[in-house]
Amino acid sequence: MRNRKRVGWHRYINGVTIATLITALFILLPLYWLIATSFKNPNAIGNSPPSLTPNPVSGANYSNAFVGYDFGIYFRNSLIVCIAATALVLILGTLAGYALGRLPMRGKFTTLVILLMISVFPEVAVIAPLYLLMRNLHWLDSYQALIVPYTAFFLPFAIWILRNYFLGIPKEMEETGRIDGASPLRTVWTIVLPQALPGLFTAGIFTFTACWTEFLMALTFNSSNNFRTIPVGIAEFGGNFQVPYGTIFAASVVAVVPIGILVFIFRKFVISGLTSGAVKG
Amino acid sequence: MAPVSLENINKVYENGFHAVKDLSVEIADGEFMVLVGPSGCGKTTALRMVAGLEDITSGVLRIGGKEANDETPKQRDIAMVFQNYALYPHMTVGENIGFALKLRKLPKAELNAKVKDAAEILGLTEWLDRKPGQLSGGQRQRVAMGRAIVREPSVFLMDEPLSNLDAKLRVQMRAEVQRIQRRIGVSTIYVTHDQVEAMTMGDRVTVLREGVLQQVDTPQVLYDNPDNIFVAAFIGSPSMNLYDATLGTDARSLKLGSQEVDLPESVLVARPALRGYTGKKVVVGLRPEHLPAESDNATGPKLVGEVELIEALGSEQVVHFTIDANRVLAEGAVDKDEAATVKHGEGVARIGAKVPVKVGDKLTFAVSIEDMKFFDESTGLAIRT
Repeated sequence: MRNRKRVGWHRYINGVTIATLITALFILLPLYWLIATSFKNPNAIGNSPPSLTPNPVSGANYSNAFVGYDFGIYFRNSLIVCIAATALVLILGTLAGYALGRLPMRGKFTTLVILLMISVFPEVAVIAPLYLLMRNLHWLDSYQALIVPYTAFFLPFAIWILRNYFLGIPKEMEETGRIDGASPLRTVWTIVLPQALPGLFTAGIFTFTACWTEFLMALTFNSSNNFRTIPVGIAEFGGNFQVPYGTIFAASVVAVVPIGILVFIFRKFVISGLTSGAVKG
Repeated sequence: MAPVSLENINKVYENGFHAVKDLSVEIADGEFMVLVGPSGCGKTTALRMVAGLEDITSGVLRIGGKEANDETPKQRDIAMVFQNYALYPHMTVGENIGFALKLRKLPKAELNAKVKDAAEILGLTEWLDRKPGQLSGGQRQRVAMGRAIVREPSVFLMDEPLSNLDAKLRVQMRAEVQRIQRRIGVSTIYVTHDQVEAMTMGDRVTVLREGVLQQVDTPQVLYDNPDNIFVAAFIGSPSMNLYDATLGTDARSLKLGSQEVDLPESVLVARPALRGYTGKKVVVGLRPEHLPAESDNATGPKLVGEVELIEALGSEQVVHFTIDANRVLAEGAVDKDEAATVKHGEGVARIGAKVPVKVGDKLTFAVSIEDMKFFDESTGLAIRT
């Protein structure tokens, strides 16, 4: 019977599908556990044996995170810091990436290599001097204490991504713009950038996620409650004698949501082949 | 609409590469000028200098009589069509065509009317709302043309605009481009490496080689009276048969390998300078159509070659033959791969479709001696006077 053609749902049973399913489960299970637990009654979390579904469904953990702790403030702080840093990274990254990809410049290669080195530099190594710097600037416990270092740390990678995108856009595109009478800035804005959108989104999402999850600098520079970001805030939930798992899980779910939304919205932009048809394909 | 003149234009790149050397060409108002040459001959560089995309190292460029060396591409009022079309992929066909007008802040109604006119000329009306990615190669090419004509520029520049099209479409578009150019009557500089395109499209053709001007003239003159071996070999397909030959001591005969061809008095009358080459080596050139097949006992100058290959085209036969004379290959006129396959003494003749011939035959060709070209062996220049 080995060679009988598989019909109905049987035809979905093959090595590839099963491997995909296992991989997906491997990734999704912890996420499911996170979400399920966040909706459990705080007292039911430690039950043995653990229940797979929240029963009854409870919003207590969520209200506790926002009311009992200052999760709302952390969320706001994270949004401000991450949006500002991402915006800066994209603006500077676009300009630098364009210059490195397109404009005649000396020392392009050296610059790129240095940028690459910076982007793999261990954060831990600079945290102490940066702390002193921030203290002297009186920047401790402020938004710029995170916005500026985040921009500096995540810019090199964004420059690389954007530069590679700009390199992929045919030069004739800009020359046509010049002949049509567009100024250089206009050329970049109306001709080059729209074609570099996938690169912009990729760099943007990467930067935003990196800022959103950054812990060490946030912990070191902004220790006061009013400037704490989400990762630090969640870590400092609870006190000496208890760990409020339910609250932590609920806060984590809320923290994951913006990233999920971002990826979901921009997924369709981050597709290859946006430039197809521009030149002979 | 404006004449364009290049006076002793030079281009030296930063790395010292001298791409264009002392190029002087005049393009009359409304003229269709083709720049042709093998790849790397500087034709595209020359065009880009006219466009203002490349600095001019020395020399004077005039557009409409006015020096344009330091003008921006915008000030020069030119339009350019690129080989890869360079359409903006995120704009519709209409937006692509109207982009330059939009930059000039033309009123919307006027802009739309002009875009519509251009689309009509090019048969693109129904595609105006499409994105370039949804168009075929020929349509994209037409959009690129539309973008150029809508601006009503003084000069059209085209950089191998047809080379991305398949062979059949290219022939169609050749006629189309010419038709459009005639219709709007704008001076045009058209760059191509394809000598067939150059011959069929140009009012006049400029032949370049390694940055140096070889000859500027109408296609027919280039074909009939090439100035040098390079032009002779480059223009025409199949290309001219060029052989080393030795002029007899009385200048009345020509030795091609082991064969001797009589030179009638008229040849010398037409080219008195040839007398100076008596007993010396010259290069002779014969177009394939100037070697008709003839019966063995015919009188008049003739050559006998061994048939190697026959291409029957229906209307005629193209016969590849060999003789024992040395075949001259003009450097750069044929690409290296092609040159490598050319055998010693190989030649091509076009003969009537009905002539019975098969591979391995010894075929007698009548030599149309009046049409024979003579070139100096060392300088490569034509011996005409």
